[in-house]
Amino acid sequence: MNRYPVWKYVILVVALLVGVLYTLPNFFGEAPAVQVSSAKATIKVDSAVESRVREALAAAGVQTDLLQLEGNSVRARFDTPDTQLKAKDAIEKALIPDPQDPAYIVALNLVSRSPAWLTAIHAAPMYLGLDLRGGVHFMLQVDMQAALTKKAESYAGDLRTTLRDKNIRHGGISREGQNIDIRLRDEATLTAARNLISDQFPDLQVTTSQEADGGQRLRASIKPEATRRVQDQALKQNITTLHNRINELGVAEPVIQQQGLDRIVVQLPGVQDTAKAKDILGRTATLEVRMVDEGTEARAAESGRGPVPFGDEKYLDRNAQAVIVKKQVVLTGENLTDAQPGFDGQTQEPTVNLTLDAKGSRIFKDITRENVGKRMAIILFEKGKGEVVTAPVIRSEIGGGRVQISGRMSTMEANDTALLLRAGSLAAPMEIIEEFTIGPSLGADNIARGIHSVVWGMLAIVVFMCFYYMLFGVFSSIALSVNILMLLAVLSMLQATLTLPGIAAMALAIGVAIDSNVLINERIREELREGASPQMAIHTGYERAWATILDSNVTTLIAGLSLLAFGSGPVRGFAVVHVLGILTSMFSAVFFSRGLVNLWYGGKKKLKSLAIGQIWKPEATGTSVASVK
Amino acid sequence: MEFFRIKKDIPFMKHALVFNAISFITFALAVFFLFSRGLHLSVEFTGGTVMEVAYTQPVELAKVRATVSGLGFPDVQVQNFGTARDVMIRLPVQKGVTSAQQSERVIGALKAADPEVTLRRTEFVGPQVGDELVKGGLMALGMVVLGIVLYLALRFEWKFGVAAIIANLHDVIIILGFFAFFQWEFSLSVLAAVLAVLGYSVNESVVIFDRIREAFRRYRKMNTHEVIDHAITSTMSRTIITHASTEAMVLSMFFFGGPSLHYFALALTIGILFGIYSSVFVAAAIAMWLGVKREDLIKTTRSETDPNDPNAGATV
Repeated sequence: MNRYPVWKYVILVVALLVGVLYTLPNFFGEAPAVQVSSAKATIKVDSAVESRVREALAAAGVQTDLLQLEGNSVRARFDTPDTQLKAKDAIEKALIPDPQDPAYIVALNLVSRSPAWLTAIHAAPMYLGLDLRGGVHFMLQVDMQAALTKKAESYAGDLRTTLRDKNIRHGGISREGQNIDIRLRDEATLTAARNLISDQFPDLQVTTSQEADGGQRLRASIKPEATRRVQDQALKQNITTLHNRINELGVAEPVIQQQGLDRIVVQLPGVQDTAKAKDILGRTATLEVRMVDEGTEARAAESGRGPVPFGDEKYLDRNAQAVIVKKQVVLTGENLTDAQPGFDGQTQEPTVNLTLDAKGSRIFKDITRENVGKRMAIILFEKGKGEVVTAPVIRSEIGGGRVQISGRMSTMEANDTALLLRAGSLAAPMEIIEEFTIGPSLGADNIARGIHSVVWGMLAIVVFMCFYYMLFGVFSSIALSVNILMLLAVLSMLQATLTLPGIAAMALAIGVAIDSNVLINERIREELREGASPQMAIHTGYERAWATILDSNVTTLIAGLSLLAFGSGPVRGFAVVHVLGILTSMFSAVFFSRGLVNLWYGGKKKLKSLAIGQIWKPEATGTSVASVK
Repeated sequence: MEFFRIKKDIPFMKHALVFNAISFITFALAVFFLFSRGLHLSVEFTGGTVMEVAYTQPVELAKVRATVSGLGFPDVQVQNFGTARDVMIRLPVQKGVTSAQQSERVIGALKAADPEVTLRRTEFVGPQVGDELVKGGLMALGMVVLGIVLYLALRFEWKFGVAAIIANLHDVIIILGFFAFFQWEFSLSVLAAVLAVLGYSVNESVVIFDRIREAFRRYRKMNTHEVIDHAITSTMSRTIITHASTEAMVLSMFFFGGPSLHYFALALTIGILFGIYSSVFVAAAIAMWLGVKREDLIKTTRSETDPNDPNAGATV
């Protein structure tokens, strides 16, 4: 009765093999590496970059263990930190001709030393949390109310222009919080205004009321679904902007994530200089629209044959082509409310569609009327350095605040330009509401402490179990080790982030997992005490203990899941490991340990005794004659 | 080897009143300290800045304190942390000054006084985060309570669910009472420990309830009293061994885990010790007061007639 069919053993062996394979990468440690990633949204890292890195390394005579393209970065692994530094210099020289304007980030990093065949089956080590590897963590709160107010303000301007265009008289438009109030004289204009809004402003909803002086008042507010969209866009734009800024820090693996509806988490592993990091996060980029100087002197300067004329400035565009623009600023990024890639309705050409607010549209209308046929430049300023994003020719007067830039653009370029235009500034102000810095030595200490706690605790348990339950204790101890193995394998497979609370949860999981084995062993002893045959005792012992184990694990699981659902930060790191630990313990403590017991005892037909330690029977009144050994 | 050689069931339930009185008094004391002293909440809850700095030589706290208060920060706490060379500085949230400026200025001043000092860790939490943590913690607690009562009501009977949760909630209050009395720092990881203890010590009650159900089936002549006594006695060996094993693990964290896991392990230790007491003696006693009966657990006489019942063959 204590035999597993072959398929059950197959499952055990396969689970064990998979467990070993996926846990393995964690033991290889990390090797120094150089990571090349893109510094600009418009530049992609692909196999061409990979071969350039390879050439650069070969030219410098630096030996690399492993060079591969992974996601959006190329990584080269080296055996010593010395070669790592040499390689970094070589790659930087080859890829970045102008250090003032780097197209790529070349950063020092650590990558797993695990062999290529493990990486090929996607077996990678667990990702270590900031508390274990050192670094900074910020949580930023996006001021959504400000984003909405800004949006309402721009709608108010748009409404003013549209009403004037349609000759609808009004007694003033004002913004009250996030609502726009329009005073109107009579019913007729009210209806006209309302129709206009529902026609042209699908994101606004209106309510009307009678004023005390007999006039009508129309109050427009942003619809809830549009509000959500505005907030979503604001958050996305802020994340994009943060990405661009953080790229400049040269961090190997920055984490920039949305958290909840209005928060952004930024984690920079390995960065110690918080002051610089904060400075960069808080910086504002600006966008400016200026006219291109088309004079002869300017043209000469553009092709490099003369000095830049007085009152002009020279900026480079993305292809390093000089553009001479006037110093006078026509518009700034404040007037630009949106930039999206699109297609021209007639020519099917890719375009970039800009939306300007009311003030911007008015200025734009005037400037385009006066300068048909001339070029205007849109310049992005970051760290006090300008770059011409695009310099299109004005074809006709543009009114209504909707601007289309088209011509000689691929879809990709249109996307990138739109991104750059949007990324120039933050959609809404942000505030740092949480910040942690963990020094690298503290990180290393935390790893050592965590490992010590687990190892010593486990050793104490194993010694006791083997002593108290003899062979069954050995089985339990093996099952416990398998539990740890499976837990590590699952965490590695999920690429979960291991933190110190996570290690604590692992230690606790061992404590909880041993409960199942104690329950089983005690039950078997009890059955033996009541006179069951050894085989029968194993069978009923496991059978009866299972119901109890299930019940007790479910209650622990309930607690773990609630922590996972409502916890944040360290609590979540704890909860993930806790929950997974309970699940793997059910497999190892019951299914796996039974497999071991069956393998050992299952075939023995005339089994007389079990090595589960001394069984004391009450009848024996203290002496241990009846001990079964 | 066998530690527990018990000849007869120990009449625990005779003393149920005493056990309940003991737990009621501890509970009352815990509540009293919670209200009179309050919890010493970590920055995660209150908001503010914590800095950990390390010196190469043991350092006088008074000097550090003087340096930091010299910068004009009110209510600065300076204390040793782990060793005499490690110092922890807590600064409350200040209006108009960002955390960045706060910590930069402090480390700048400390560096000026002693260039050997290094910043090990800073932690800043804005005041808006704390409220959410409290809310999240209470939600998690609520969900644990509800989930466990429902599960136990489904598997056993509502009386057991209620008994188990009362017993274990009283553990939670007692842990909090300890933290209030000794003014230990109550951080997020302690909160995690408290909730984990809740799930863990309910285990204990489940094991005993399981036995009670089984004893009701097997020993038809025993009354409720005797059944509970029998259940507790027969699981005692397992209870002690399991908890000793878990406690070994927790103590290992306490001794080797460093300051970050110190209070976490402490909360677990108190939780495990009181967890045994309350789920064994209190939960069973409450279930008894609530009036558990044989009929509550054995719905019909099916267990006698059903040949497929896994327990049918094992009746003594």
